[in-house]
Amino acid sequence: MTIFERSKKGRRAYSFPEYDVPEVDLKIPEHLMRSEKAELPEVYEVDVVRHYTELEAKNYSVDRGFYPLGSCTMKYNPKLNEDMSALFRWLHPYQPEETIQGALKLMYELKEMLMEITGTDDMTLVPSAGAHGELTGMLIIRAYHLDRKDYKRSKVIVPDSAHGTNPASAAMAGFKVVELKSSDEGLVDLKELEKELDETTAAIMLTNPNTLGYFERDILKIAEMAHEAGALLYYDGANLNAIMGRARPGDMGFDVVHLNLHKTFSTPHGMGGPGSGPIGVKEELREFLPVPVVRKDGDRYYLDYDLPKSIGMVRSFYGNFGVLVKAYTYILTMGRDGLKMASDMAVLNANYLKKLLSEFYPIAYDKDGKRACMHEFVADGTKLLKETGVKTLDVAKALLDRGFHAPTVYFPLIVHEALMIEPTETESKETLEAFANALKEIVEEAKKNPQSLKEAPKNTPVRRLDEATASRKPIVKWSRK
Amino acid sequence: MKKYTYIPHTEEDIKEMLATIGAKSIDDLFVDVPKTISPESLKIPESKDELTVRSIVESLAKKNRFLNEMRVFMGAGIYYRYIPAVVYHMASKPNFVTAYTPYQAEVSQGTLQALFEYQTMISELTGMEVTNASMYDGASALAEAMLMTVRVSKKKKVLMAANIHPEYVRTTKTYVTPQDIEVVMVDYDKETGQIDLEDLKKKLDDTVGGVAVQYPNFFGIVEDLKAIKEVLPEKTMFVVAADPIALALLEPPGKFGADIVVGEGQALGNFPSLGGPGFGFFSTSMKHVRMMPGRLIGQTRDVDGKTGYVMILQTREQHIRRSKATSNICSNHAHNAVMAAIYMSTMGKEGVVEVARRSANTAHYLAKALQEKGFKLTFKGPFLFEFVFDAGEDYEKKWKDMVEKGILGPLPMERFFEDMKGKALAATTEMIKKEDIDALLEAIA
Repeated sequence: MTIFERSKKGRRAYSFPEYDVPEVDLKIPEHLMRSEKAELPEVYEVDVVRHYTELEAKNYSVDRGFYPLGSCTMKYNPKLNEDMSALFRWLHPYQPEETIQGALKLMYELKEMLMEITGTDDMTLVPSAGAHGELTGMLIIRAYHLDRKDYKRSKVIVPDSAHGTNPASAAMAGFKVVELKSSDEGLVDLKELEKELDETTAAIMLTNPNTLGYFERDILKIAEMAHEAGALLYYDGANLNAIMGRARPGDMGFDVVHLNLHKTFSTPHGMGGPGSGPIGVKEELREFLPVPVVRKDGDRYYLDYDLPKSIGMVRSFYGNFGVLVKAYTYILTMGRDGLKMASDMAVLNANYLKKLLSEFYPIAYDKDGKRACMHEFVADGTKLLKETGVKTLDVAKALLDRGFHAPTVYFPLIVHEALMIEPTETESKETLEAFANALKEIVEEAKKNPQSLKEAPKNTPVRRLDEATASRKPIVKWSRK
Repeated sequence: MKKYTYIPHTEEDIKEMLATIGAKSIDDLFVDVPKTISPESLKIPESKDELTVRSIVESLAKKNRFLNEMRVFMGAGIYYRYIPAVVYHMASKPNFVTAYTPYQAEVSQGTLQALFEYQTMISELTGMEVTNASMYDGASALAEAMLMTVRVSKKKKVLMAANIHPEYVRTTKTYVTPQDIEVVMVDYDKETGQIDLEDLKKKLDDTVGGVAVQYPNFFGIVEDLKAIKEVLPEKTMFVVAADPIALALLEPPGKFGADIVVGEGQALGNFPSLGGPGFGFFSTSMKHVRMMPGRLIGQTRDVDGKTGYVMILQTREQHIRRSKATSNICSNHAHNAVMAAIYMSTMGKEGVVEVARRSANTAHYLAKALQEKGFKLTFKGPFLFEFVFDAGEDYEKKWKDMVEKGILGPLPMERFFEDMKGKALAATTEMIKKEDIDALLEAIA
């Protein structure tokens, strides 16, 4: 039932104090005043509670169980982070700076720690999400080349294994996108790269480890080639959870580094957001950062708007501050030792699960099942499809029936029946084994009774939905019929 | 071995797992990674226990002055409104907070239905046919709206009223410039504070794809959308950035023929939180839905005929269309949008009107009282719950001093407009009582 169907005229879920300000004529022209009230529901407080409790119960979540979405880093979201963030709810962005020194100090210290983790020289905390950070980073790269009067740099190289946001962000920043075919090993093909790199290349965007879960082991060489050609190297931070305390993108030669605080730094995903996508840059790019930048002068923290070469603003105010508090709390809790431990265990978990699966499920770009992956890997359902007619989609739905969230499916695009699996460090050995067993059971079922998998899921609040009709004849809001 | 509360591995676990993998040590798994740093050299403090972390963050929190300890007369895009307890209690439920994008619709019906209802409610407020599942904030939503006018019209010039929130204008310029789109500012009438229709007419020509105004505008003045629409050529996209609470009282832009309506949604049950996260809303007509950025939820049926909800028209989006997508947006502000839906459910049809009416009446009472004290209103145009007045040359200092008296006074406008020194933007919400106004009048005199 929708909230609109619960509605009954005359019910009320809010109460207000007596209004003690004398009535004044608003003097707004008649034609600008609403002729009919907006049709919002009329319910009482218990309806609100029951309705949203009912909806919430229909969701799977990290708190509920294993959520191995590849490249999404669905790690546990600590409760302390939420409580700490709540302390800062009631701040207005335009309060005098003297009255928000605690908030500014937190932002400054977070920025310093993130710069240290990434090996960068300055940073903006403003971008609201990963893709927003990518756009910001690409705009900084654009500004850098233009400032050097290097006007030819119109193209950006993106591997074919990249997240869809990479080419989309580069295009939004006005660049032409060239896709680079991966090597037989699922890595950047240096020969291909050499062919594409020229005086029109503005940047290469890389995710490292890449979306197949492999580390670009030629990264130092790639950086050298990029810089030699006058291009910059951009780091998509979606997969930073693999290497904290082990290696820093800045040290590998990346010039612009983006982070997803809602992935690596444990802030919750909130059904798809809000996230936070800070961008760290090397010295030569700092003057192009978006404003404002948090800075410190003696004991005083302030917002610096005085960057004449800045790309400008990428959103209002200072970013998703509420999310920043959660990431700050997380880093304080984990410390440098804990962050390294997190990456180490994330990689151990991925390799362990990969090993368990490789017994009965082929792993992409890993013929003998012995190649070490980083924090994630891609299982390939091509053989299963060929032998049983069971698609990756069916496998995903069958996992839902067994109490697990499905991995990312059909991505990266270079593996046709991809199951992209990222367990994260916050899952136990027992959970990984239970998941592997569930998947094994599904593979066996596929051989015996493929039809039953095509009918999955059966134990979920709804079963497979008609997406085609939903897009062909869109119903995008509720209406009384 | 040091224990971490979020990591389950025992020494025994690690040993067994390594043995299964066939690796001698954790380091073996990192053979491909260049050793550029030693972990010990990272200048980040050691891990800490929960009590210590809590006390560090709490001590930072104490170094701020919070809105709920002050009489707040500041708005300018973020508003100090009452959020009923039921709103954040429901929004804080773990299966809302710790779920991700509803990629697996069968186990995400809570998210999908809540967002579908959100889309319905915002469409009611904006008077539009379709609303997406949220954007980052009001500024980036407006920027994306201007990009959409270019996609629809195929014309690379847009006009923006100079009385739109200055940060929204700056953001839009950042977004559109790399795509060679020209932004031309349209003056505002210095007397009314509304857009200067003569200047608008002068700047409108065949090359203009879209025109943006704010409703009410940054000065709090209600633009006459009817008069503006009459000036626009048929094919010119009409974009309105609106305040959602104002839309409870004002005729919705959809009624005046707006093509895109966007805005900052924080005022709908979201915390000010130093300006983020709130969320951006984005509405348009079905005619243009395929040009729209962002996620969209639609109603459908499952194989048993049961009603359910899914993400629709995904072929517009980056994960499918890649560099040809309508936008690069992926993560949005879904949780904030759901919080707004819970707020709109709680306040309901009558409550949002009551909130808007109280806020507006209080502002008008304050304006009257200020005028009686000899302060002049800067503009004569109609206003709702924000207005600009001449607070005097020395106002900025007074504004800072007022905090000591527990008053967060009207915003000094010089921050945004060089020619507005001594002018201040006052905002009132349902949180303001008569005694707060009396206190402000005394402090500002």
